[in-house]
Amino acid sequence: MRYAMAVDTKKCVGCSDCVVACQTENNVPIGFCRDWVVEVMNGTYPQLEIEIRSERCNHCVNAPCVRCCPTGASHFAEGGIVLVEKNKCIGCGACIASCPYDARYPHPNGYVDKCTFCIHRIKTGMEPACAAVCPTKCIYFGDLDDPNSKVSSVLKKRKYKTLIQEAGTKPQLYFLI
Amino acid sequence: MANRRQFIKLSFMGAGAVALSSGAYGALNFLSSPEEVKKLKVDLKRTPTYCEVCFWKCAGWVYKTSEGQIWKIIGNDEDQHCNGRLCPRGTGGVGMYYDEERLKTPLIRTSDRGKQIFREASWDEALGYVAEKMKSISSKYGPESIALFTHGSGSTYFTTLLKAFGSSIIAEPSYAQCRGPRDEAFMATFGEEVYSPEITDIRDTKCLVLIGSHIGENMHNGQIQEMSDAIDKGVSIITVDPRFSTAAGKSKYWLPIKPSTDLALLLAWMHEIIYNNYYDKKYVEQYCSGLDKLKEHVKDFTPEWAYGITTIKPDLIRKTAKEMANAAPAVIVHPGRHVTWYGDDTQRERAIAILNALLGSWGRRGGFYRPAKFDLPTYKIPVFPEPKKSWTDAFPGRYPLASSPVSNAIIDATIPDNKPGFEVKGWIVNGTNIISSIPNQANTLKAIQNLELLVAIDTMPMEITGWADVILPECTYLERYDMLRVSPHRKPAIALRMPAAEPKNNTRSAYNIARGLALKMGLEKYFPFEKQEELLDWQLKQVDSSLEEMQRIGMKTRERDADDLYFGEDEKVSFSTDSGKIELYSKYFEQAGFDPLPKYLPHEEPPEGFYRLIYGRAPMHTFGRTANNPNLTDLMKENALWVNPKVSKEWDLQNGQYIWLKNQDGVISDFPIRVRITERIRWDSIYMVHGFGHGQKGMKRCFGKGASDSQLMTKVLTDPIMGGTGMRGNFVTFVTKKAESEVAS
Repeated sequence: MRYAMAVDTKKCVGCSDCVVACQTENNVPIGFCRDWVVEVMNGTYPQLEIEIRSERCNHCVNAPCVRCCPTGASHFAEGGIVLVEKNKCIGCGACIASCPYDARYPHPNGYVDKCTFCIHRIKTGMEPACAAVCPTKCIYFGDLDDPNSKVSSVLKKRKYKTLIQEAGTKPQLYFLI
Repeated sequence: MANRRQFIKLSFMGAGAVALSSGAYGALNFLSSPEEVKKLKVDLKRTPTYCEVCFWKCAGWVYKTSEGQIWKIIGNDEDQHCNGRLCPRGTGGVGMYYDEERLKTPLIRTSDRGKQIFREASWDEALGYVAEKMKSISSKYGPESIALFTHGSGSTYFTTLLKAFGSSIIAEPSYAQCRGPRDEAFMATFGEEVYSPEITDIRDTKCLVLIGSHIGENMHNGQIQEMSDAIDKGVSIITVDPRFSTAAGKSKYWLPIKPSTDLALLLAWMHEIIYNNYYDKKYVEQYCSGLDKLKEHVKDFTPEWAYGITTIKPDLIRKTAKEMANAAPAVIVHPGRHVTWYGDDTQRERAIAILNALLGSWGRRGGFYRPAKFDLPTYKIPVFPEPKKSWTDAFPGRYPLASSPVSNAIIDATIPDNKPGFEVKGWIVNGTNIISSIPNQANTLKAIQNLELLVAIDTMPMEITGWADVILPECTYLERYDMLRVSPHRKPAIALRMPAAEPKNNTRSAYNIARGLALKMGLEKYFPFEKQEELLDWQLKQVDSSLEEMQRIGMKTRERDADDLYFGEDEKVSFSTDSGKIELYSKYFEQAGFDPLPKYLPHEEPPEGFYRLIYGRAPMHTFGRTANNPNLTDLMKENALWVNPKVSKEWDLQNGQYIWLKNQDGVISDFPIRVRITERIRWDSIYMVHGFGHGQKGMKRCFGKGASDSQLMTKVLTDPIMGGTGMRGNFVTFVTKKAESEVAS
């Protein structure tokens, strides 16, 4: 099993519903977030193009955050989901420094927090909160080992890219372009 | 100032009101560990609601923790407005409930050694005070001297109250400040409005044309979802906007039009479509009248003619006309929603309606569908007293085709200098911050000085509450019942809103407030049900349901009576116009003294050194009403000023710099706004999101954050047809240093 997510930049309107849905679902404190929206604009008026992306932890196969964690709090869970076990986390911030995607934040309660792909939801057959709420349905989630999963199907059909490939982390957040 | 009435910043309220707020905000973060979350899931309770953060009114479920605290709101899968997916504002609706700066208890303006302040009052006292005042004003000036400005779910109850009281002076800013021109234009053309949610069949369209409508930034949920579905199916989007909007970024064609010239483009498109025989001949012959006159009218409006006006190249005008024709009838020239821009808005909307008629999209798949409404009986209350005055008696003959009361006309009628046909001495303002939602603030404030009573009913201490004599705190939609939602859609449906929690603090539902006032004035026969749920249960039982059932299922959707979502092949259709046809040429307008066919008239250009003020929406906020919502403010705290790099260079503006704006009448924004240098806006305009720059210290999260576009709208281009307040004729320049005396405290 290999969980992954694909975000369709052609459909995303950058509304941040994914952000607030994650915050309420996971009780992320106001002022922090596990996912966020990036807009990249290129060109000169009126020859312009824009890419809008909903971003979060890339749940890398080769995750530097897991490698550098001194206590083993950062670990791989089922399907390759990168999790932080908060009771083991000492809040040293090594993982925050090592993440090329800036996907982690220090929770006010003294540990590091990040996207979990809503593991508590997917265990019950639901989608992650961001994917379930998105009004443009631009977030596809599923198991890459299952050729019929939403994410596998869309990656077969569409061109895609990943971010900061040069970091060599094998990210599992794909962007449809 | 020698004002009878002064604006009071609500942070100066009594100590009691402040003390009430402590500790409430912490509830937002009551959970943090996944274990706790897991524990919660065992005993989840959910109650149905429909959203009140905007007018789309999506149905959803409010989930509570096992401790009974509101946790999250999720869309109802069955709901056609949202298909199980709420927008960011709906998802963040919890913040409206948890906002610790909500209005908490009734307040009455008082005089304390020359200083005007508010004091806390019991509901009994506050309602009694309002009722007495209303009665005494009525006895002096007549019941029509009390006017109501209203928006949202509370409208029904306060409208009933006013009508029972004998006044029909009731206006919703959603007409003359928003969609009025569109509705009048479509009524004149098709004999039907476009409703809310709009009957645009975006799901199945092949070509979507957006004229300044920025779907995706305006978060009209169902439309965005359908636009996304249409993108999957390969729709071509044509966006006409001086700004590279989010929708423009998803478009096959973006037409970066010179602002205020849209009508020239629309006329050129008509010219192309008629003279190239692109129009739907069968449809036009069968359903429309006035083609010959239209054809003659647009003869000279070539793409070359329009190029000089719009700056859109003729080739692009031709290509896009062809694109629409190729997709027809599965094409939508979208009517938009907030369309009060330049004062000739009804005519621009007429042009949009005519284009749709030529393309045969009205009543066709991928164009505009026929809505169906759930047939829900209403409880019969006694007949209202016959009102002696209508709003039109204030200024007879003004705005002759307005089919709804014009809010700005009622404001004008409150100023005796304007010599209105009757006097307005009392305002009840519910759910709309008219200081910000109606342009020309100075005029509104002047009107307020002439009032003997101003009652503000709101959930938040918005600017209007600072001017009120009495503030009645309404609870949020999460704490109350309201009338069943019956908006028409593809299938008829009803949705229930019920309380997920008790009203916080000393707040009450709009129903209870209106009924409370009715009781105080001896008008209880118009509110026969003590509890609103009894009325809902009665109503639901008429349609073989019950409150108990709806509490479980949240909403009910029925199949249509007939297979008539679109016009049938060769179906005989009678339109509700005078001629029974789609009127390309409007005799109705002609008879009222207006152009029967839309004309392009040039608008004023910005003076040297000034830029046209263009404003719009952000997907995470609704007007200015969400500005203090903790969840939504977290997504967007302030607005930014979009400036083209050419302009910023000329003015030596830096990205991120805070500056003030000054308009053509010398009005300087109270608060500075952050510069965002971007290629996404034309060099002759600046852009900002509406709804920021609040001046109420009682709303700490949004006080002084960003600038208010409304404040800079001192020039209003009024639509003579229906009274719409065109707001895009204002020009601003930059003030990089503001004299200390001018800086708002």
